[in-house]
Amino acid sequence: MSLTAVNDFVIRFANVNGSGSASANEMFARAIMRMGIPMSPRNVFPSNIQGLPTWYEVRVTEASHLGARGGTDIMVAMNPQTYNADVASVEPDGYLIYDSTRAMPPGKPRTDINLIGIPLTAICNKEYSDPRQRQLFKNIICIGALSALLDMDITELEKLVGEQYRSKEKLIQPNIHALHLGRDYAKANFKCPIGLKLKRSDKVGDRILIEGNAAAALGAVYGGATVCAWYPITPSSSVAENFTKFCGKYRHDPATGEARYAIVQAEDEIASIGMVVGAAWNGARAFTATSGPGISLMQELFGFAYFAEIPSVIIDVQRAGPSTGMPTRTQQCDLINCAYASHGDTKHILLMPEDAAEAFEFTAGAFDYADRLQTPVFVLLDLDIGMNHRLCRPLQWDDARLYDRGKVMTAADLEAGKDFGRYTDVDGDAIPFRTYPGTHPTKGGYFTRGTSHDARAKYSEEGADYVEGMQRLLRKHETAKGILPRPLRHDAGKPTRFGVIYYGSTAPAMHEAAEILTARGHTLDLMRVRAFPFHQDVASFIADHDFVFVVEQNRDAQLRSLIVNELDIDPVRLVPILHYDGTSITARFISGAVGDRLDALKVTPLRKAMS
Amino acid sequence: MTYLTKPKFHHPSLPKNALGYTRRDYEAATSTLCAGCGHDSISAAIIEASFELAIEPHRVAKISGIGCSSKTPTYFLGASHGFNSVHGRMPSVLTGANLANRDLIYLGISGDGDSASIGFGQFAHALRRGVNMTYIVENNGVYGLTKGQFSATADRGSKSKKGAVNTDNAIDLAAMALQLGATFVARSFSGDKKQLVPIIKAALAHRGAAFIDVISPCIAFNNHPGSTKSLDYVRAHNEAVNALDIMIGRDAITVDYEPGKVVEVTQHDGSVLTMRKLNDDYDPSDRLAAMNFLQQEAAKGRIVTGLLYVDGEADDLHGHFNTVATPLNQLNEPELCPGSKTLDKINAGLR
Repeated sequence: MSLTAVNDFVIRFANVNGSGSASANEMFARAIMRMGIPMSPRNVFPSNIQGLPTWYEVRVTEASHLGARGGTDIMVAMNPQTYNADVASVEPDGYLIYDSTRAMPPGKPRTDINLIGIPLTAICNKEYSDPRQRQLFKNIICIGALSALLDMDITELEKLVGEQYRSKEKLIQPNIHALHLGRDYAKANFKCPIGLKLKRSDKVGDRILIEGNAAAALGAVYGGATVCAWYPITPSSSVAENFTKFCGKYRHDPATGEARYAIVQAEDEIASIGMVVGAAWNGARAFTATSGPGISLMQELFGFAYFAEIPSVIIDVQRAGPSTGMPTRTQQCDLINCAYASHGDTKHILLMPEDAAEAFEFTAGAFDYADRLQTPVFVLLDLDIGMNHRLCRPLQWDDARLYDRGKVMTAADLEAGKDFGRYTDVDGDAIPFRTYPGTHPTKGGYFTRGTSHDARAKYSEEGADYVEGMQRLLRKHETAKGILPRPLRHDAGKPTRFGVIYYGSTAPAMHEAAEILTARGHTLDLMRVRAFPFHQDVASFIADHDFVFVVEQNRDAQLRSLIVNELDIDPVRLVPILHYDGTSITARFISGAVGDRLDALKVTPLRKAMS
Repeated sequence: MTYLTKPKFHHPSLPKNALGYTRRDYEAATSTLCAGCGHDSISAAIIEASFELAIEPHRVAKISGIGCSSKTPTYFLGASHGFNSVHGRMPSVLTGANLANRDLIYLGISGDGDSASIGFGQFAHALRRGVNMTYIVENNGVYGLTKGQFSATADRGSKSKKGAVNTDNAIDLAAMALQLGATFVARSFSGDKKQLVPIIKAALAHRGAAFIDVISPCIAFNNHPGSTKSLDYVRAHNEAVNALDIMIGRDAITVDYEPGKVVEVTQHDGSVLTMRKLNDDYDPSDRLAAMNFLQQEAAKGRIVTGLLYVDGEADDLHGHFNTVATPLNQLNEPELCPGSKTLDKINAGLR
């Protein structure tokens, strides 16, 4: 038996990192996109540069289910180290593609899957003498073979080779030759296509393929960030690296070539946030990008920026904790640590984008929110969004949009006699005015400090001054609720006692799971939370349902805790659905976990059962 | 320590500088430090230097960390924006502030606990980046606010007020600054205003990372026999290598110097630093020799003071980054946002 499907399967490449497989695999995924077929690639990689196992998975999904599915229909097993486990993970009736040059590694062969042996090494050795060429072209030959086995449009692959080597033209022909070596071998030796195949479609539309970290970096460019201070840490480094790249392209004075930005690779995360706070205090839009361990290190200055009311933007690309945890695996585990970062009573603004498009929008918006609310704003990405290419709607910018610099008193305001009290709530929204340093010779100067202060920024240990300030900070968070991205509610269309709350990278898997659950006869209303502090709509949503599942990717149900704590919800009504093994959450997992609980709750009334 | 607030009244005959400001315009709130604290002398020297240089007070950003020294920005340049940051992190906050607006003067105030212990890393990295700033450490070898613990600049073998002997080696921040590439390094003594004021003036006029280690005895916890940071000890072991005069712009040179006894360095802004040699062999433009000299004299128990090293051609972090002349905090949408057409092109390249 063989699996059969058109534009709906999961293929997984098992490779060794540093072997040059990544670019070949990416080309394979892009060719599928160019055929108009939605697909969702995922990199599963070790915290290592060369020699350890790495996997690249492509989910081909006509229905645009971009979350991870789980399971593998076609395994391209190129790594002897993981061969046995890779073979074992293939779905029954699936396919195993392996290098048949040498005998298969020992192990119990599976009889319930289809074996496709291609003598890749032999083909390579016959064709090439240079060892590095042998290794690189082996990947391309394999893609060529797949193009025949899956009925892929070879011209799309050829075009991509042309684009990839635009600047190294002499590499184009050898690569195309390698593609055809594999393709011809497959055609000559197997019945092509196999049961799983590709068919040109039009479901990609105008969507783009981009990594969340790159999109966030672009958001920082468009949002007007001029200072970036960062310290390398997986999985966030590519935010700063992409910001550097985009600034190099779009942020130089065309006449002088001078830079309209400054990027510092700091000595550590503490210095990074210190620079961000210093720059933002001085009126520049500044951000840092980090991950969990960095968030832990930055705590003291988060509290400072909260208390002294300094806008700052922190992009946290979450990875599995605690401690060093699993640096190359995804989780949503920094929610609580960011929401209440630092000692004393603190609360911070969190933004939770679901994909790259929102990563762009929310990062650009974060600078407006930070300046408007004069407080740290955290953009919570995770490795799944940040480091994987994902299809998303095109990035958009309204040229009429102006940066909201918040309440900044100018020299002209001061000259005109406006009263300036740095921490005075003059408008009733709990947001005071600030001045940039150097504004006016005699007015508007003040002292910024982490010690308690009165409404005019004077040092004060008076209880009344302190309480007034702390209460105003709370009221400022009330103001924030009306400004931040609202939660998105999607009702099932018929009455139900059950709701689901989710956020961030859980979204695509959750949407797919909802379809599966509907097919199983369960009705669920959905709400995607996009910011903290929570909008009133979150409380209303919970009030509208008897039970609400809170689906998230950490052990301790952090969003659920935050909801219980902030909205005073009876914990019994919030059912945690938790996925935290470091892999991307899947629709299979969510629909299974939620479905089982719903089945259990579906008690047939006694009267009906007796009759 | 006094609780009397100073009247705002200015005597009409108070001398005015080139901008028409009096010294009083550079003062601020009354100090709450202990009477006789060396730090207050440093604040006075900063006021004097700023007055003499005719700096617009509001164009200075004074940034500090935590500790007695870091409290002092409240006591000078009252019209300036101040930033009393967290312990040991003044250098990073100052670096960020400097990146946001290259047009202000950045004055970092720190102490030996703040810079040699918790903030040792940030001290080092701000200097090696060449941030354009004047970084002053008010160095008393002791934690004052927490009542007398040794700091990392306390000399090995020196005694605490309670009689404990320090067994750890001392960090010489000036020597460190030389090694780290600071382009202006000086050491002075809070009790020697004549030496300190010109050094602060020269540092404020310097483009690049200027570091001043000011030995500033702690009257309350480190001014006893056995301390190597007491007033008496520093006076007895002070070895000044030069005496500095600073000429701003085209000021006529009015002092006659003995030939061969003078070193002159012209800084980037045109200020001329004229150093009268007190030690004939000392050359403040030779970084390696300065490092050697400091180590040799330290071994003899002497405290070398003066302008130890200056590079008149120094560049700063903005120079390294080639940032635009307009301060980054003044750039707006037209300069910063690439716009929707560019975004459309970016989108097209991602399909």
